[in-house]
Amino acid sequence: MAVTDSGGTESARTPAKKPNRLFKNLTAKLASVPMILTAIVVFIGCTGWTIYHSFTKSRLLPAPDKWVGLDQYERLWSTRRWLVSIENLAIYGICSLVLSLVIGFTLAALLDRKIRGESVFRTIFLYPFALSFIVTGLVWQWVLNPDFGIQSVVQRWGWESFTFDPLNNADIVIYGILIAGIWQGSGFIMVIMLAGLRGIDEDIWKATRVEGIPVWKTYIVVIIPMMRPVFVTALVLIAAGIIKVYDLVVAQTSGGPGISSEVPAKYVIEKMFQSQNLGQGFAASTMMLVSVLVVLIPWAYLEFGGKRRD
Amino acid sequence: MTNVTVKDLTLEFGAVRVLDKLNLEIEEGEFLVLLGASGCGKSTLLNCIAGLLDITDGEIHIGGRNVTWEEPSERGIGMVFQSYALYPQMTVEGNLSFGLKNAKVPKPEIAERVARAAEILQIEPLLKRKPAALSGGQRQRVAIGRALVRDVDVFLFDEPLSNLDAKLRADLRVELKLLHQRLQNTMIYVTHDQVEAMTLADRIAIMRGGVVQQIASPAEVYNRPSNKYVAGFIGSPTINFFEGDIAEGGVEFATADTKMPLTGYEASQGALSARPAWLGIRPESVITGTDVDTQPFTTEITVELFEAMGADTLVYTTLAGTPFRFRMSGQARVAAGDTLRIGFDPAQGSLFDKTTEERL
Amino acid sequence: MTDATANKGVTPRGAKPRRRLSPTNIMLYGTLFVASVYYLLPLYVMIVTSLKGMPEIRLGNVFSPPVEVTFEPWVKAWAEACTGINCDGLSRGFWNSVQILVPSVVISIAIASVNGYALSLWKFKGSEVFFTILIFGAFIPYQVMIYPIVILLREAGDVLSAMTGTKIRLMGSVWGLVIVHTIFGMPILTLLFRNYFASVPEELFKAARVDGAGFWGIYFRIMLPMALPIFVVAMILQVTGIWNDFLFGVIFTKPETYPMTVQLNNIVNSVQGVKEYNVNMAATLLTGLVPLIIYFASGKLFVRGIAAGAVKG
Ligand SMILES: Nc1ncnc2c1ncn2[C@@H]1O[C@H](COP(=O)(O)OP(=O)(O)OP(=O)(O)O)[C@@H](O)[C@H]1O
Ligand SMILES: [Mg+2]
Repeated sequence: MAVTDSGGTESARTPAKKPNRLFKNLTAKLASVPMILTAIVVFIGCTGWTIYHSFTKSRLLPAPDKWVGLDQYERLWSTRRWLVSIENLAIYGICSLVLSLVIGFTLAALLDRKIRGESVFRTIFLYPFALSFIVTGLVWQWVLNPDFGIQSVVQRWGWESFTFDPLNNADIVIYGILIAGIWQGSGFIMVIMLAGLRGIDEDIWKATRVEGIPVWKTYIVVIIPMMRPVFVTALVLIAAGIIKVYDLVVAQTSGGPGISSEVPAKYVIEKMFQSQNLGQGFAASTMMLVSVLVVLIPWAYLEFGGKRRD
Repeated sequence: MTNVTVKDLTLEFGAVRVLDKLNLEIEEGEFLVLLGASGCGKSTLLNCIAGLLDITDGEIHIGGRNVTWEEPSERGIGMVFQSYALYPQMTVEGNLSFGLKNAKVPKPEIAERVARAAEILQIEPLLKRKPAALSGGQRQRVAIGRALVRDVDVFLFDEPLSNLDAKLRADLRVELKLLHQRLQNTMIYVTHDQVEAMTLADRIAIMRGGVVQQIASPAEVYNRPSNKYVAGFIGSPTINFFEGDIAEGGVEFATADTKMPLTGYEASQGALSARPAWLGIRPESVITGTDVDTQPFTTEITVELFEAMGADTLVYTTLAGTPFRFRMSGQARVAAGDTLRIGFDPAQGSLFDKTTEERL
Repeated sequence: MTDATANKGVTPRGAKPRRRLSPTNIMLYGTLFVASVYYLLPLYVMIVTSLKGMPEIRLGNVFSPPVEVTFEPWVKAWAEACTGINCDGLSRGFWNSVQILVPSVVISIAIASVNGYALSLWKFKGSEVFFTILIFGAFIPYQVMIYPIVILLREAGDVLSAMTGTKIRLMGSVWGLVIVHTIFGMPILTLLFRNYFASVPEELFKAARVDGAGFWGIYFRIMLPMALPIFVVAMILQVTGIWNDFLFGVIFTKPETYPMTVQLNNIVNSVQGVKEYNVNMAATLLTGLVPLIIYFASGKLFVRGIAAGAVKG
């Protein structure tokens, strides 16, 4: 036991000595080394490294000793391409958030009406989610192709003045990407919403029917408020996905026409790996992290901080 | 076969102290039952003895050896769980031999020991089946067999019968008793079923809030509970308590309106002295009918309610201003509103100090 | 938060619509039908385009079925399409992806399942802290960590080369990418396995310890056979995720080892030569085929997998 032996007879150890804390569960600790390394070296270490270097004048190589304070950030926020990226992300983000939630919930609610062929519809709505953003972007690039795609087809049907060429029009190109993004991801939100709807007690429906509340009103007044946690989860997932938007833009428009469909994630990668302007890349990626935290911290607080108080 | 000693065992989960300086001495070959309300720390104590929890302080000795920091498998214990905890993907045979394989016992010996355990528990026809294809009783036999094959000195049972239906529970209880008689192992058995405790135990340890309240033979625990909690916990229907005072010299117990003689009461320490106290009278110790007048205390009561249970009848009434229940044997012919003459010997009851609630 | 999607109640709720052709029903099925068109259209267009010849594409519209079915574009996409100087088609990218996929899936699942097992049954001081870091790490944009990882892999490659005396490169090789996939797959997979193992009755674990099994004994003999379904879910998750990856493929491999998605993008978006839309669509379909097959073959399990993978965003 933890007897402090003044004689210091280390050799007189009984087999019943309390084992060193460090060696307790040793195998478990050794087996967790990859996880511990990932958590500390990658998630904390690499993130910290990037944040630190965003305050330096790194160009071709990281330059940890050339401290320039907020210079990189000032440069970043006066770069037109970055501002366009942010604007695009804002438009894409808000629209995709609203549309994903609305479409996801509506489809889920429709599927929840005891319809025939539910699983067929579910399969149809969800399959795009199995596809990569590259595939998604390339398909929609083709479908929206002004010379051969939807626009030309409608024109050939006789509506000569019909124009719908988001991929060639700098003003609306981001909506073209949005169509593809929603196509790929809304099925997944539908699945989450459907699970949420299925989790609602059948008795709620019986009660509202007994009280004669119309179905649409039941959804708005009773069901949606009950599904608040599901909506919050969906919201966080959509938001986390939006900030990472990269491959979709690369595949569908390569950022064009011009720079009109650039997004922050693409800006970062290009500054780091193509234009050898590391400092800019680090500052821009740190801004991405900040925007994630803006979403994540309130959510984590609501989700976990709130529970602890109960 | 081995004795088990628990010295000053303390266990904390974070800031919560679940076991508090607990001491326990279990004799070689003894069947000790740990009895207590849910959450009192019975399973925790058993897990500490098994080595499945790291204790905060204290020592555990098995067979004279300090095993406090040894691995569960090195302690010479076998354990049977409430949920049986059979490995679902292994056959019964695989379940029985898993521990032996881990201990690198030679194959022929494994086969021999499995066969013997299967024979003792009469599960030979089941050896090739998976646990999912067994009934509850069969599963529990296999779980016991898993401890049996390992030839351990100490068996630990954590509510092994509580997932079974009443009939099966009674059967397996008898089987367990026979098994103990046959093997003569040290057994530590956790339950919150009084009947199991009373029938199986050589001694019962009654726990409350991580502390052992009393450890004694079933009869002793029943007849001479060491405090008011134990008295109330043991016995069904529960004991009746009167609140009152012991008169000078300990001759009688007086409530507001009733006096009961205490002549012949065996005080646990010295003689009774005057003080406020509780008197506990078991529902079974009340006498009715012609023998009433042989009792030191008799009175007339009015039947308020009765429950015929088949073998006996439980009568509810009020005595000395408190609700009072007693048992009449057979299917007594009483009705609500009847007046009955009853008698009992208060000296055969238990007296507890009003404040410390310890036995007097 | 993820298990909510595990589809507990399978029966649909809500009041049952009564008449077959009530206005409500027409609305209901009408909406679903229109939505289905939106979701199915690209797949249809992809298929028909890939089966047409170029002349027909230039004349007709994208929606019309092929007049003359040809598999030429498929053959060309698989075996002849050019990226830069290489003209051996998508097959190269396909095999690269397979070479990346197999070790990445095996290693990431092996490590994450052990993590989840240790975190739920062999907790040690600080284990929860590491787990929390891991889960929050899942939300950090990859762009924030990617450059230091490039440096780490380069350095680690140099160290290994010096130690073994042979030239080992992690950066730009399949193995570097395997490490990256293992790292970034770890949060969600660990969560998946941790939740699963936490639901295993604790008494089973205790019984095995009394029976003398240790950390690995319990993992391999007791837990692994029990957890097979969750391993399948993890595999679905990882196979689709890794197959569909583009970002890591671009950064951590070289043109010769580019995975299929990267090669596809290079083929389709290459600025040289005449655009062969039918070949492009065949190539796109080919790349999407693996995850689509997994999706259609696994059904409910896929839903469980992506629901668990939700955190990955
Ligand atoms: N892992 C744990 N962490 C924190 N508290 C625990 C833990 N395990 C048990 N406890 C607490 O310790 C106390 C004793 O638990 P224990 O399981 O020993 O009770 P028990 O007497 O076996 O009850 P039961 O008859 O219901 O099985 C309980 O209050 C319980 O809440
Ligand atoms: Mg218990």
